[in-house]
Amino acid sequence: MKERLKNRGSDVLVAFSHAETAQRPRDEDVASTKALTPLAILLLLAMATLVFSPLFGMEFIPFSATGQEHKILMDIRIPRVLCAFVAGAMLSLSGMSFQALFRNPLATPFTLGVSSGAALGAAVFIRTGLAFVFLGISGTSLAAFGGALIAVVLVYGLTRIKGGFTTTTLLLAGIAISFFFSSLILLIQYTSGLSHSFRIIQWMMGSLTAADYGKLVNLLPFLGVGAALLLFLHREMNLLMVGEDIAISRGVNVGRVKKLIFLAASLMVGGVVAVCGPIGFVGMMSPHICRLLVGADHRFLTPASFLFGGLFLAICDTLARSLLDTTEIPVGVITALLGGPFFIWLLLSRKNELEL
Amino acid sequence: MNSPIIQIENLSIALSGNMILQDVSFSINNGEYVSIIGPNGAGKTTLIKCLAGIYRDWTGDVAIDGKPFAEYSSKALAKLQSYVPQAEGRTNPLTVSEFVAMGRYPHLSAFTTLQATDYAAIDSAIERAGLEAFRHRKMNTLSGGERQMAFIAAALAQGSNILLLDEPSTFLDYRHQARVSTLLKSACRESGITIVAVHHDINTAAACSDRIYALKEGAIAFSGTPAEAANSNVLESIYDTEFRTVPSPGHPLPFVIAGGAL
Repeated sequence: MKERLKNRGSDVLVAFSHAETAQRPRDEDVASTKALTPLAILLLLAMATLVFSPLFGMEFIPFSATGQEHKILMDIRIPRVLCAFVAGAMLSLSGMSFQALFRNPLATPFTLGVSSGAALGAAVFIRTGLAFVFLGISGTSLAAFGGALIAVVLVYGLTRIKGGFTTTTLLLAGIAISFFFSSLILLIQYTSGLSHSFRIIQWMMGSLTAADYGKLVNLLPFLGVGAALLLFLHREMNLLMVGEDIAISRGVNVGRVKKLIFLAASLMVGGVVAVCGPIGFVGMMSPHICRLLVGADHRFLTPASFLFGGLFLAICDTLARSLLDTTEIPVGVITALLGGPFFIWLLLSRKNELEL
Repeated sequence: MNSPIIQIENLSIALSGNMILQDVSFSINNGEYVSIIGPNGAGKTTLIKCLAGIYRDWTGDVAIDGKPFAEYSSKALAKLQSYVPQAEGRTNPLTVSEFVAMGRYPHLSAFTTLQATDYAAIDSAIERAGLEAFRHRKMNTLSGGERQMAFIAAALAQGSNILLLDEPSTFLDYRHQARVSTLLKSACRESGITIVAVHHDINTAAACSDRIYALKEGAIAFSGTPAEAANSNVLESIYDTEFRTVPSPGHPLPFVIAGGAL
């Protein structure tokens, strides 16, 4: 009897300690609430950007516009803002995943040479003059995806051989690959006719001028698959960020996860580059700012990077088409003007090599 | 109790063309504290990394809990064993409790949230490591000693029966060395966790272990009890330098000092 009472006593104790555990605010939950407020603000800002950006351009067009102006708003500006948003989101997500994979804040589609790889893929495709559509996706997009994938594998292999993802190795490998691919693009340009050459130059500057609903449809599958993969892999990216050996010992199938991240990031870079050309710096700035806003946990970082990247490029593109009265500035110029100083600040401010 | 939980037979591995381990064979019993000692470059870290699944291209037969290593999935292996790497100033921007919570990875799927059992494991690991006051601190603001305790806590939170550690107390001050030793010994004696630890300091290894293996030039050079290891002749043959042993009053084992001439 005493024995049973004693047992019941300890049961009650266990139940009590569980209740206490349940009531005390958990650090993990505190982290969630801390991240939710900036996420909600980002969501509101993103919606505001999507609603109001189409109004701005060389001429301001109000919602109430009719006739020709209404047509410009509906058929040109709205799809263009949507394209800019989706492209920005994709670049931002790919930058975020590269940073987790290489454990380095300077790893981005641009610095790793992945944008150049995608551009080369697309340039080769444009040069051949082929045009085909596979499952509603243009051949240019698929070629750019192929180029991006090759660049990712190359840069990863190079840094791997050098043993470690230090900033120096990473930047050197990225620069080498960038230059190599850019030279190949120049060669293709040089040997192609005037019309092909002009198309390649125009598109290499990174611009959203050609954006329409068709381009948007071309972007969406790349965004869908890439973002879904990254959302699915949030725990794995957290562990990879801490270290590959830790990730392995926690039970992450690192080989498979890396391939999936390569796939997701290359899909998104390839998808964007084929449509808008290589737009730089979004993939570096956006995840970094989001890390300051919501923390390093990819459960929150992924949606935050999506939203911030999207609204950032949509705003940059709005600036690109409204700043000058007579002509448009390529959006890549705006992102680079903002991104260059940011890049230098990042390079100078980091205390620790491995700190994201 | 005395059944082997890790069996290693003829383990060999070459890294970038150099033979690091050659035909290493030994077994570790369930609930034992085993230390691996040996000079720099003997292959201690490589051995632990092979066991932890980080190096995969070894040859030989390794069985964990009676099942060949290759038959385990990554998660199944992580449920059985966890690993604490060499610290060397590794940081990340997560809080201590977020970092420890990541130890629960093998028990979670992509869209499940932490359950009561996970929280219990996390809390207990943080408490055992004495990190309650540091729960909300970011890992990159901790001292080296506290950070090492957090790495061990994360490995404990994983809830596995085997703990592999690579020089858990190197680079730590005396107090943290003692905290690490106490934590590991209590995990072994009270919770029955099998511990395999690479140790640089022979006195630490001798004080904690049930058994000591020494590696030299990629092969097992010695295996025995701590009492057998704390012998100047044995140590001189392992490390190729002079040793002295000094009686340590109140302790069963003598204190080992390297360097005869000093």
